[in-house]
Amino acid sequence: MRMVTVTNLKKTYGNLTAVDDISFEIEKGEIFGFLGPNGAGKTSTINMITGLSRPTAGAITVDGIDVKKQAKRAQAIMGIVPDESNLYNEMDGFDNLCFCAALYGMRKEERESRARQLLDLFRLKDAGKRPFKAYSKGMRRKLTIAAALIHSPQILFLDEPTTGIDVESSRQIRELIVGLKRQGITIFLTTHYIEEAERICDRIAFIANGRMIASGTVPELMERISHGHTVRFVTSQNIQNLTAELQAHFEESKITIQSDHSFVIASEQRIPLLPAMDFLHDKEIDVYEARELRPSLEDVFVKLTGIKASTLKKDQERGGH
Amino acid sequence: MKSWIAFWNILKKDVKNYYLKPPNISWGIIFPLSWTLMQLIRSPGGSLLGLLPGLISMSVLFGTTSMLAVTMTFERSGRSFERLLLAPISLSTMVLAKIAGTILFGLFNGFVPVIFASFLIDLYVINWGVVLLAVLMIAITSSLMGLLIAVSAKQVFEAQTFSNFFRFPMLFLCGLFVPISSLPVFLRPVSYCLPITYGTDILRGAIVGTNVLSPVLCFGILLTFAVVLFLLCRYSINRKWIQPA
Repeated sequence: MRMVTVTNLKKTYGNLTAVDDISFEIEKGEIFGFLGPNGAGKTSTINMITGLSRPTAGAITVDGIDVKKQAKRAQAIMGIVPDESNLYNEMDGFDNLCFCAALYGMRKEERESRARQLLDLFRLKDAGKRPFKAYSKGMRRKLTIAAALIHSPQILFLDEPTTGIDVESSRQIRELIVGLKRQGITIFLTTHYIEEAERICDRIAFIANGRMIASGTVPELMERISHGHTVRFVTSQNIQNLTAELQAHFEESKITIQSDHSFVIASEQRIPLLPAMDFLHDKEIDVYEARELRPSLEDVFVKLTGIKASTLKKDQERGGH
Repeated sequence: MKSWIAFWNILKKDVKNYYLKPPNISWGIIFPLSWTLMQLIRSPGGSLLGLLPGLISMSVLFGTTSMLAVTMTFERSGRSFERLLLAPISLSTMVLAKIAGTILFGLFNGFVPVIFASFLIDLYVINWGVVLLAVLMIAITSSLMGLLIAVSAKQVFEAQTFSNFFRFPMLFLCGLFVPISSLPVFLRPVSYCLPITYGTDILRGAIVGTNVLSPVLCFGILLTFAVVLFLLCRYSINRKWIQPA
């Protein structure tokens, strides 16, 4: 069952193309991650799906509702967490949640009970009567997510939910996101944290310069660049003088000596460990470590988008991690 | 029902967060009071009753336009305003809720000179029903003008500058200080394009009986202004704040 369908979406601001002809689908109940550096077009895409911005071209449906034609109807089933915690500074946590509930037409008793429930769930019960401006960054983020959940939406849009907050709060938010998925809520998450996307998303789309470069599950994305198998061995003694012998022994594979005490066997086929162990054992060399090397999601991202990992790292540093 | 809940809570939130704050209450009292005292000192022995229409109009105009322009720009810069744009409520409900608080604040502002005057003179000659309606219409049109200013401003200081840019010329053109008939001929059409001109004329009629135009005509024109400004506000928010295609 599809929750979101985006077809040939485009957004231009004058000569600048922020989102360039992207299409994707999000299934009900999955966590879909949008991974890309700052300025890639993630927020522009969220703004168009949530009805805050009109697409230059393309079509968007959320749970079958055409967002361009019936934005308000679609917004009723959405929970939206913008990239900034934008609740009301003067109001306390509880009142902020109740106010957000009222915007969705919830009655007083219903909104107060839901607000209490969410403060409890987000471990903010003690801070419920403190003004929002007195909250730490992590608490502000958590309350903003709670506010987006106040009307029990079917889909939650999270724009950089863990940017700029402490490690413990980030961890709690990630746990909450996974918990929400278990309750059946569809989650659209934008992030520039590769590890975050890898850890919690069912499917990930890479976005760069307004274009969607690739999408799929983590194994599917890995598959895009990994060909064959690679095993790295760490040995007790110098193996530099054994290069020719190793290559002769494993003639179907490619041997690369990495250092005095490590070498790599690469092959199109799976690599059994025992022949290599036996070979080294015969030479009275112990094996300290034998590990299959797989490309990381970061390697895949770099390879497919052409964006250096350092660009994402810089975004993370700017975000406060 | 859902729209009403949203409307009522936006209004309640604005009143609590902005209009009931001590600086704004004191501004709402001190500002009209200062205008009143200034006018009394400027023309000693002058009729306080004769000054009331102008004082009421000025108080409502200054209270409403600045408050709405500043609070909206403030909410926009903090991005909390996005919450209203993303909520499943119509733009009309949102605009009405936002101006409702300012209208109440304007009514409060408008009656400060009246309360002050009640200690000094008898006010039994005043047609209170007409005054209340006129103040309400001035507050509505001025609030909507404040909203239009807010749509054009990005920063709070810009909103304040724009407000003053429009308000001060309006004061001199609406017949408060100088009768419209005494203005240069080329400025008179401008005077008749200002809603406050009609509001002040109704107040003059209801308080001292020296109105120039028919009150019914003035109410009709004010109502037209209110509808046109409301539609213009809706259009501008839709065009400027929900990013265009």
